[in-house]
Amino acid sequence: MPQEYRLILKHADEPGYTPDIECYLRHGGYESLRKALALAPRELPDGKRMSAQEQIRDEVLKSGLRGRGGAGFSCGLKWSFVDRRSGKPIYLICNADESEPGTFKDRQIIHKDPHQLIEGMVISCFANDVKLAYIYIRGEMPEGAKLLNKAIKEARARNFLGPNILGSGYSLEIHVHRGAGAYICGEETGLIESLEGKRAYPRIKPPYFPAVLGLYQCPTIVNNVETLAAVKHIVAMGSGEYAKLGTPNNTGTRILSLSGHVKRPGYFEVEVGKVTMGELIFHENFGGGMRDGRKLKAIIPGGSSSKVFKAGETFKLKRKGPDGQMAAVDVGILDLPYDFDSLQQAGSMSGSGAIIVMDDSTDIVEALANVSEFYAHESCGQCTPCREGALWMSKALHRMTHGHGRKADADYLLHIAQNIQGRTICAFGEACAWPVLSFVKKFKDEFESRGAADEARHGSIQGATGHPTAASPGLPVI
Amino acid sequence: MAFIVPAELEAELNELVTHYPQKRSASLMFLHAIQEHFGFISKEAAEWIASKLDLQPIHVWELVTFYPMFRQHPPGRHQLKICRTLSCALGGAYALHEHFCRKFGLDPKAHGIQTTKDGSFSVEFVECLAGCGTAPVMMCNDEFHENVSLSKADELISKCQ
Ligand SMILES: Cc1cc2nc3c(=O)[nH]c(=O)nc-3n(C[C@H](O)[C@H](O)[C@H](O)COP(=O)(O)O)c2cc1C
Ligand code: SF4
Ligand code: FES
Repeated sequence: MPQEYRLILKHADEPGYTPDIECYLRHGGYESLRKALALAPRELPDGKRMSAQEQIRDEVLKSGLRGRGGAGFSCGLKWSFVDRRSGKPIYLICNADESEPGTFKDRQIIHKDPHQLIEGMVISCFANDVKLAYIYIRGEMPEGAKLLNKAIKEARARNFLGPNILGSGYSLEIHVHRGAGAYICGEETGLIESLEGKRAYPRIKPPYFPAVLGLYQCPTIVNNVETLAAVKHIVAMGSGEYAKLGTPNNTGTRILSLSGHVKRPGYFEVEVGKVTMGELIFHENFGGGMRDGRKLKAIIPGGSSSKVFKAGETFKLKRKGPDGQMAAVDVGILDLPYDFDSLQQAGSMSGSGAIIVMDDSTDIVEALANVSEFYAHESCGQCTPCREGALWMSKALHRMTHGHGRKADADYLLHIAQNIQGRTICAFGEACAWPVLSFVKKFKDEFESRGAADEARHGSIQGATGHPTAASPGLPVI
Repeated sequence: MAFIVPAELEAELNELVTHYPQKRSASLMFLHAIQEHFGFISKEAAEWIASKLDLQPIHVWELVTFYPMFRQHPPGRHQLKICRTLSCALGGAYALHEHFCRKFGLDPKAHGIQTTKDGSFSVEFVECLAGCGTAPVMMCNDEFHENVSLSKADELISKCQ
């Protein structure tokens, strides 16, 4: 029977479990930190010595942990890119901006078990020789910021933080930094600019890879809240045990955020890849299915930036057959294991682990108009294709949802989206283009019939209503 | 009018500066603290922050105009921020926003901030608040509210009054 596997959220929802340090300590809190600080250097067969820090970094690499913030990049590899020879300080930033629409998992950790994040951070900082770290929390979580500040104070009072932690000689400070309502602060280089006190304009890569030229042009690690919390468990269990959770190349647990038209929306921690999309939506242990009398229409699988799936879609996935040979097999959307690789092979991504379900009552044009309005509002404005394109798409969709669509709008939208992706400084370009590309391609009939109906009512839009045909002057009228 | 920051707040701000190797980093936290105290960021406030952090006023003002949470005008005493993004929209966020607007005689079609004439409430749409599983969600000042039905909305208003 598919069910949750609670590792990070093990205690979070237990009656009587509180976010203070006493409660955390009663539940074995900060034991993993003690373990990490007490690691002795290990002699290798070739006579080399592996420091405690190197051992932890190696464990995280071997655990297979992939970033939980969006890109799913190997955490251990990311840490291995850090420039340790520059002589500059190394910074670590916890990305608690949680702003990808559909996502509400980091909130659970921050609000219900903040010390788990602090412990994961202290271990990660120790492993990477970080002396100063920040938690960048979105501005709309004032309560979360207070809880984190309190947790930091408590941890400092018990010497889990601050100078000479538990007598180890290692010192670390963590500060909470609040954002102020801009989604682009979740993008790691935008976040760094914001932490430097500037507008959150993402930096161009190369050369500004955070591992080399990050905060104050120093090597910097940016990790998501859940990723850092997982590090604590990797140290506690050992990488081998951790990697047994989940599936090969998709190890550990993941907290998924399920919202939209299901009976039981909520967050569910599962072993990665052990539960299918269909189980997440329909099984009584998870979403509990559609509301009565409704049928599934569409699924956004990994936050609003990921490409939408249409009910009934099937995909060719590479799978190992009984004979051990790789073969392409047909997998329906509901049988798709929810993991990084399967969703990618199916043409979308697991992103931030946020699943938004839409049933057959949903007006798909309205849904895309809603998502596109978000991106038009949130573009930082540095790159012309993104700044203008996001707005044009949103304007066209606004027009379509207000009775002034045209049959050609579907292609017009595709045309704009295709000219954004791949032409921008940061991945926001893809984030705003992908929903449009996938919604319009997969539900083209709905977009076209909508436009055609409006045209039939008004005649050709141009002239008849006085509404502009192009969303912006200078854009070819098609 | 002179812009005067109470000593206690200034002490808090001085402490914040010590969190960063470079003063400029403190500007967002300064803006939050100043806005919390004064309700909005005035030109004088931006100038004051700039001089505290050895910046030009434009370095602070460009933040006020970039980050949606910073305001250039005083909001209502009770600030209602309703999430309008997809999961909440599917859960009835637009009806909720309209409900508030009709109650207060504001324009239900406007997405930006609107304040009642007596200054008691302001209503605005905001983007995803990371609470999509309990849609629709909203904030009333610093408080987060989930599963806000229309009757829950009325309760909330009467508690504010
Ligand atoms: C537009 C955009 C928004 C993002 N928002 C977030 C966010 O809110 N939280 C987050 O952890 N990562 C976000 N990311 C991903 C970060 O850039 C970064 O990859 C991540 O924090 C790295 O942490 P991880 O390796 O632990 O996942 C965003 C990326 C983009 C392009
Ligand atoms: S892609 Fe968009 S959000 Fe990213 S840097 Fe360019 S304009 Fe800004
Ligand atoms: S969509 Fe409203 S909280 Fe996420």
